[in-house]
Amino acid sequence: MRKGLSWFNVTSLTFGFVFLYLPILILVVFSFNRSRLVTVWAGFSTQWYGSLLNNQQMLDAAWVTLRVGVLSATIATVLGTLAAVTLVRYVRFPGRTLFSGMVFAPLVMPDVITGLSLLLLFVAMDVARGFWTITIAHTTFTMCYVAVVVQSRLITLDRSLEEAAMDLGATPLKTFFQVTLPLIMPAVVAGWMLAFTLSLDDLVLANFTTGVGATTLPIKIYSQVRLGVTPEINAVCTILIAIVSVGVIIASIGVKRREAQRIRDERLAATGG
Amino acid sequence: MTDTSGTAAPAPGASKLRWLVVAIPYLWLVVFFLVPFLIVLKISFSTYAIAQPPYEPVFDQLSTVWERAQQFTLDSYRYLTEDPIYLRSYLSSLRIAAISTVLLLLIGFPIAYGMARAPSNMRTTLLMLVILPFWTSFLIRVYAWIGILKPEGLLTVFLQWIGIFGPDQQVHLLNTDWAVFIGIVYSYLPFMILPLYATLEKLDDTLLEAAADLGARPFKSFWVITVPLSMPGVIAGSFLCFIPIVGEFVIPDLLGGSDTLMIGRQLWNEFNANRDWPTSSAVAVVLLLILVVPIMIFQNYGRRTAQ
Amino acid sequence: MSKTLGPVKRAFAPWTDSAAKPAIEFRNVTKSFGDFVAVGGVSLSIYEREFFSLLGPSGCGKTTLMRMLAGFEEPTSGEILLDGKPLAGVPPYRRPVNMMFQSYALFPHMSVEKNIAFGLRQDGMGKAEIEARVKEMLRLVKLEPFAKRKPNQLSGGQRQRVALARSLAKRPKVLLLDEPLGALDKKLREETQFELMDLQMDLGLTFLIVTHDQEEAMTMSDRIGVMNHGKLVQIATPAEIYEQPNSRYVADFIGNINLIEGTVAALPGGGTRLEAPAAGLVVETDQAIAGGSAGVASFAIRPEKVRISLDRPAGALDGVNMIAGEVWDIGYLGDVSIYRVKLANGAVMKATVANTTRLVSRPISWDDKVWLSWSRDAGLVLTD
Repeated sequence: MRKGLSWFNVTSLTFGFVFLYLPILILVVFSFNRSRLVTVWAGFSTQWYGSLLNNQQMLDAAWVTLRVGVLSATIATVLGTLAAVTLVRYVRFPGRTLFSGMVFAPLVMPDVITGLSLLLLFVAMDVARGFWTITIAHTTFTMCYVAVVVQSRLITLDRSLEEAAMDLGATPLKTFFQVTLPLIMPAVVAGWMLAFTLSLDDLVLANFTTGVGATTLPIKIYSQVRLGVTPEINAVCTILIAIVSVGVIIASIGVKRREAQRIRDERLAATGG
Repeated sequence: MTDTSGTAAPAPGASKLRWLVVAIPYLWLVVFFLVPFLIVLKISFSTYAIAQPPYEPVFDQLSTVWERAQQFTLDSYRYLTEDPIYLRSYLSSLRIAAISTVLLLLIGFPIAYGMARAPSNMRTTLLMLVILPFWTSFLIRVYAWIGILKPEGLLTVFLQWIGIFGPDQQVHLLNTDWAVFIGIVYSYLPFMILPLYATLEKLDDTLLEAAADLGARPFKSFWVITVPLSMPGVIAGSFLCFIPIVGEFVIPDLLGGSDTLMIGRQLWNEFNANRDWPTSSAVAVVLLLILVVPIMIFQNYGRRTAQ
Repeated sequence: MSKTLGPVKRAFAPWTDSAAKPAIEFRNVTKSFGDFVAVGGVSLSIYEREFFSLLGPSGCGKTTLMRMLAGFEEPTSGEILLDGKPLAGVPPYRRPVNMMFQSYALFPHMSVEKNIAFGLRQDGMGKAEIEARVKEMLRLVKLEPFAKRKPNQLSGGQRQRVALARSLAKRPKVLLLDEPLGALDKKLREETQFELMDLQMDLGLTFLIVTHDQEEAMTMSDRIGVMNHGKLVQIATPAEIYEQPNSRYVADFIGNINLIEGTVAALPGGGTRLEAPAAGLVVETDQAIAGGSAGVASFAIRPEKVRISLDRPAGALDGVNMIAGEVWDIGYLGDVSIYRVKLANGAVMKATVANTTRLVSRPISWDDKVWLSWSRDAGLVLTD
């Protein structure tokens, strides 16, 4: 009865991961295809990456996407962390139910609804749509993800650590920055990364809230995809996949390293060295 | 979360800080999440106008009550009931979401189960492998399938190559409901696997040992112990997939055919092509009303498991 | 030894009968996980209706030994027999033994009665019969009013009873109990110990229990197997384990003991003399040491067998089996007081005195010069 893999487990895992990865792999492979046809292999070539560099519209879109991503992820991380602290630490305040509802609802809310409602807000407020409206839209829906990630870390955090800090004379503000924040930092970083990639991915919200001169990469890709599959799009997608994969892998190696260090430390402590 | 022991008496001077911590995210969500919904609600009760913005305001001016009552209209909602396309879209969305959720469960459960049974040093890597596609763009993942499913695409090439299809045969999957199901299952699979894995991984091994000790064979233990105890994950995963799938836009738009009716797509078209704001707002309000029940169940459930 | 060791619990000692067939037999059983040897060459026979305890610190291999009997682990080498039949290759769900898990492993989604009925349903027993058996089990563990409750609606003690009832429901040949009382508080634990003993007697079952609590093992068992680092160090009745430990390890693990190292020599006439000059100690016993030769050994004596007095005791042999010291510390435990007495070399020896009267103007106090003494047969010389 010990944990072990049966042939059934191995088969389902194999098929599952082939299903998850094969389409992406095919997409990446065909970005290096010499032919314009994405179904016939005609030899290795990086020409589509080269032609991307000359595609000013695509480069502009990438630049907008990057700025929106960094800015919205950063604001969302601050807001989401505050929301998480509120949810975990402040048990009673007026409108708590509404607040927790507003934090969790965007996680499952169809993005067409969120997009439409935000657009109507911006129209009603009569603000020029563009970079800032996209950033606000992204901040709003990604802060909820940050809140959930940070909240799950805060719940497991030993409350007595904060109490000890206050007992030793730290003000609540100092306690937060010197004790709580360092301890929840991994979750905060993970929240930022999640917010950034969600912003990078988003098509629907951006499309609703964008204006003149603020085309994000997904909007650009979407408009091209509707016209058909091209190796250039494959190349853009490959670059995006590469960036995200490298980011995630670096982050997970960091986590693993820290874990290994912790185990080493514990061993050292156990042997009294 | 509603544990009262968490309410520390605010220290003097700390209450201002407390207030700020609550107020900042609260205000943000009210302004950018709650108020927009109220506006959608308001516009759905307005009349359609060609002018920009394409709706007649309801409460904007300080008009008389009489005027308000006249401007308040259910036209958009009446329109939704008159044109059968809306009803059919709502029903079709629910049907597609329900079928997709069942498919996701059938495909996701064996994978999550395999992950949970894997040796612990392998589990982190497997988890990572499931999460990685989740980080890559939704749009990219849907796009990847276009190249595979289109008539002259890779699936056709592959089937012709292994000899199942003749040189003149092609797969006709793109722009059908089948392609939509494939796209949805592919895109939402991590959302189903992760909660399933979380409950299966927590499952106490000694329960299975106890079942075996009392005479249950492994297959029997799986059905009477593992499956019932993984229900929290099944429920969480199902809601996590079902709710957004109902409002899905990108997948039916890129993979579905012109006859693939989904309400998210209908809303998008109503808004972008027809520029009919009141009707699209009404579509959104009704969609939200349909989703309110599952969303409430999901939130209630999330709150209970968080405790 | 002609004298009896401690009280005899009951006239039940099949292990002394060479004709008796063991119910469970471990034959040179070894279990290793990679490089780690969890159980190393254990041979052990347990008899029908016996209450046997495996006692040892955590990680000594006692749980692994039990899990091999239940079928959750296969031995790396050696074999396990149940009623003379080898168990190798028999999956857990076909073994006529049942286990009560340390965590209880109650199925959280099933009510108390469904949990108890679980094993019976696996055997395809008839509905009416199952119902009757479940009722009987509920009565046995006094949980009739709680039949419909879920495990999380029960107290720790009630859960323990459900787990017990569930593992007893199939009337197993052998009941395995893994730290059965570990999760209970002290008072409840003591009550339950006696209940378990009564149950075992009434049902006439063989119990194999794994525990790290020596008091629990002493109270309940017919015999105890003390384990250390995957080996069985001593197998004996509780009285033997306490009064005649075969090694310093067992002596130290069970109860309280004073251990003083010295050199030994055989006395003419079969006794042994141990001297520890630094502590000012000379011991003579009637016990013959293994090999009968001179060497290093330890004198082991339980604190309750040490007398404490202000005056030098008058003995048959002056200076032997007595030692002078100074009261360092007094621990008052209510029923007894423990005196910690510092010897000439700084070592501390403990003596317990029963508080037989309620009010006493304590004659012995801190810093008093005292004498500790004992009879010739009170202590043991241990060479292992």
